Amino acid sequence: MSKDNQVLEELTSKEYEHGWTTDIETDSAPKGLNEDIIRFISAKKNEPAWLLEWRLKAYQQWTKMKEPTWANVKFPEINYQDVIYYSAPKQKVTPKNLEDVDPELIKTFEKLGISLTEQKRLTGIAVDAVIDSVSVATTFKETLGELGIIFCSFSEAVQKHPDLVKKYMGSVVPVNDNYFSALNSAVFTDGSFCYIPKGVRCPMELSTYFRINAANTGQFERTLIIADEGSYVSYLEGCTAPQRDENQLHAAVVEIYAMKDAQVKYSTVQNWYPGDKEGKGGIYNFVTKRGLCYGDSSKISWTQVETGSAITWKYPSCILRGDNSMGEFYSVAVTNNYQQADTGTKMIHIGKNTKSRIVSKGISAGHSQNSYRGQVHIMKRAEGARNFSQCDSLLMGDKCGAHTFPYIDVENSTARIEHEATTSKIGEDQIFYCLQRGIDEESAVALIVNGYAKEVLNQLPMEFAVEAQKLLALTLEGSVG
Amino acid sequence: MSATVTDNNTTSELAALLDKQLVATAVDAALRKEAAIAFRTAGLPAAKAEEYRFTPVTRILEKQFTLSQPTPAGQASRINDYTLAGLEADTLVFINGVFSPADSSIQKTTDLTILPLQEALVSHTALVLKHLGQYADTAADAFTAWNTAAWTNGLFVHVPDNKIIERPIILYHLHDTSEGQVVTATRNLIVVGRNAEVTILEKYDSAGASPSFSNQVTEAVVAENAGLNLYSIQHDAGQRHQVGMTRIQQANYSRVNTFTFTLNGKLVRNNLQLVLDGEGIESHMYGLYLLTGDTLADNHTVVDHRKPNSFSNELYKGVMDGNARGVFNGKIYVRPQAQKTNAFQANRNILLSPTATVNTKPQLEIWADDVKCSHGCTSGQLDEEALFYLRARGIDKLSAQAMMLYAFAGEVLTNVKNPVVKEYLDNLISQRLHKNF
Repeated sequence: MSKDNQVLEELTSKEYEHGWTTDIETDSAPKGLNEDIIRFISAKKNEPAWLLEWRLKAYQQWTKMKEPTWANVKFPEINYQDVIYYSAPKQKVTPKNLEDVDPELIKTFEKLGISLTEQKRLTGIAVDAVIDSVSVATTFKETLGELGIIFCSFSEAVQKHPDLVKKYMGSVVPVNDNYFSALNSAVFTDGSFCYIPKGVRCPMELSTYFRINAANTGQFERTLIIADEGSYVSYLEGCTAPQRDENQLHAAVVEIYAMKDAQVKYSTVQNWYPGDKEGKGGIYNFVTKRGLCYGDSSKISWTQVETGSAITWKYPSCILRGDNSMGEFYSVAVTNNYQQADTGTKMIHIGKNTKSRIVSKGISAGHSQNSYRGQVHIMKRAEGARNFSQCDSLLMGDKCGAHTFPYIDVENSTARIEHEATTSKIGEDQIFYCLQRGIDEESAVALIVNGYAKEVLNQLPMEFAVEAQKLLALTLEGSVG
Repeated sequence: MSATVTDNNTTSELAALLDKQLVATAVDAALRKEAAIAFRTAGLPAAKAEEYRFTPVTRILEKQFTLSQPTPAGQASRINDYTLAGLEADTLVFINGVFSPADSSIQKTTDLTILPLQEALVSHTALVLKHLGQYADTAADAFTAWNTAAWTNGLFVHVPDNKIIERPIILYHLHDTSEGQVVTATRNLIVVGRNAEVTILEKYDSAGASPSFSNQVTEAVVAENAGLNLYSIQHDAGQRHQVGMTRIQQANYSRVNTFTFTLNGKLVRNNLQLVLDGEGIESHMYGLYLLTGDTLADNHTVVDHRKPNSFSNELYKGVMDGNARGVFNGKIYVRPQAQKTNAFQANRNILLSPTATVNTKPQLEIWADDVKCSHGCTSGQLDEEALFYLRARGIDKLSAQAMMLYAFAGEVLTNVKNPVVKEYLDNLISQRLHKNF
């Protein structure tokens, strides 16, 4: 037991790697939230009147809503008036090309391992980097433009493609969907926008990097992905934040709209600052992610690796409206120290012969609480719907908790639903087997955990899979239950 | 989490009624008064209360019942239609919540005490008050509070240490609604001493066309190394609504088997809670619900592992036809001290008609790391290929279907130990499958 404790100690003493701040002058709104702030944000971003109206309406709805309390997480009440809702890196002129971008910013991204410079072109990833709510630079725009793909920051999309934004924004996640989506709709500052035209297969992975830099700010970004008929796109999202003592709020909205035969693959590696060993500080990650399989035979696949955030509250969901459409959800959620995660998915089967697959792997260590909460709902019309769900939990140490709350609602007799869940610790026999073969305990645990999460990690694009594996090893290497 | 406070008329009407019915001189007056207050505080569950999400009990009480209306006496003669033939047992009959001594037969013995709870409250005051209301939590559930404040009668069983009782005890709860609506609150208390064992069977039936509502609470304490087998057969025709709470407290090395068969009724809500407050405990919970028409059966079970080295296993299976709805929620709690727990749960459902629904929510909450816990649930339909196989051999579709459903139900039935009960259920179920599905 003492060995275990020692190993656990080590694990818990791992410091957050991305905990540096960048010394960039920022241009911020005053603290607090009211109609004036919203007007301020809207004016700053030079938005059309309809969008301001939309924001104000969202704000009105938000003031009428109550913060939800059903999630299995505990945190002190958030003072929404104590948050800076707009914080942008100050730039004198809009950058025309990469040379014009503040070198400090470039350094930031280099530290993150995502370089906006030419050399990264070799890896073939188009990056849109969002720092403190504002999109800084988007790479590869021209290459993508040739194929008719629009990939830009949300504010740019508002200016250049207002029709598309107006038509699809809020169509998957309505403003009043929940408390945080309403808040986001009122104050969102930037994010990514992506449109893949008919029949186009996006030749490279599209990627967004989010970073909260300034103190006391919240990040409220909004991502909108529209995949037109027969198109395909793989989209990556990564997040980090510096170490701070106070909690910071992140309330994002991601909407995916897939038309007939379209396929969207959305991968997230979430590594927001999780707070320190005593659970002080860290990001509150309250995110609404939803995909709509609008057309027949469309497919949306969510893959997430959740290792950061003090509190994660997120349910990437699929509404399977089109016949033969398919939704997938692959998740690894790791919690350590005093982290809390309440995450899962919703699969709403509406169309005929719709299929969904859920694979969720939870790993809890330290004093953390890790919950899976999911719903599979087969509506009356969904003839021949099929679902398979598996949610496994791994416990390391006797002070953490693992919880599962699956809801299964079936209204059609031809549906076939399977759900299974297990909870256990790493088998002593497995560790013993490795030790016997000269693999030390730390490597053995890393090996076993990676094997445990493999089903999900396999779904990630190469570049992300490597990062995710490193992250897992970093957080959990050596911990024996 | 539990019942949300509602400010509806039914709650205040019922709360006033409960207050009025309190008798200051009753032996358990303090308990009842406290419960009446708890009821007023908790209130009947609101329409969206998580624990009653699919089970609109409050609305039914509001719409279909006049709670101030007294419950008629009911006719004793009807009971013969519902008894289990050929079973040597001590029987207690409750008609519309009132104990009917003429229909009951309790063998004289010194081995154990079987009494109507009201009598036991007078003759065994200390023992009853030691346990009554100590397990079923009035604050957590409004119906339990209601029952604790207003129960009329029920069963009291005390099995002394080291007595194995072979002869089962049967309770018949008959609702005779031919003279109007019936609302009852019955209460059982079962105390099983160390190394003792007992089997208790409850059967719910109703006659008459008016609606009826029963609020049933059973508390059981199973001491060290003791055993309890608890059967519940819910076979109400027509308009019976039932909310039941069974709470069993288990000590070290005790064994509990529960069986819940829901074969009929309008609305049945079964709360079954097992508290495993000891080591080396073995608990099995079995359930079978065969639903047709507009029946709604809602099973909410809780297994609470509080100490190390215990085992629990749960198997609930259901078939839904017509407009029936099956609801299942199985919670498994494993507390931080409860290392080396093994807990398993399975819920399997078959939907036969396009308008049938199933809502299931298995739930694991685990705070200990050295455990093996799993749950599984499925929803599906009969295998086309197996049906075809049978039909290709000259078996008509309905018989083939019945045969397959019988096999599906068999997994639960096979665990029933008492041969007479098993045969009775077997007949009942195969008849049902051939006739109704």
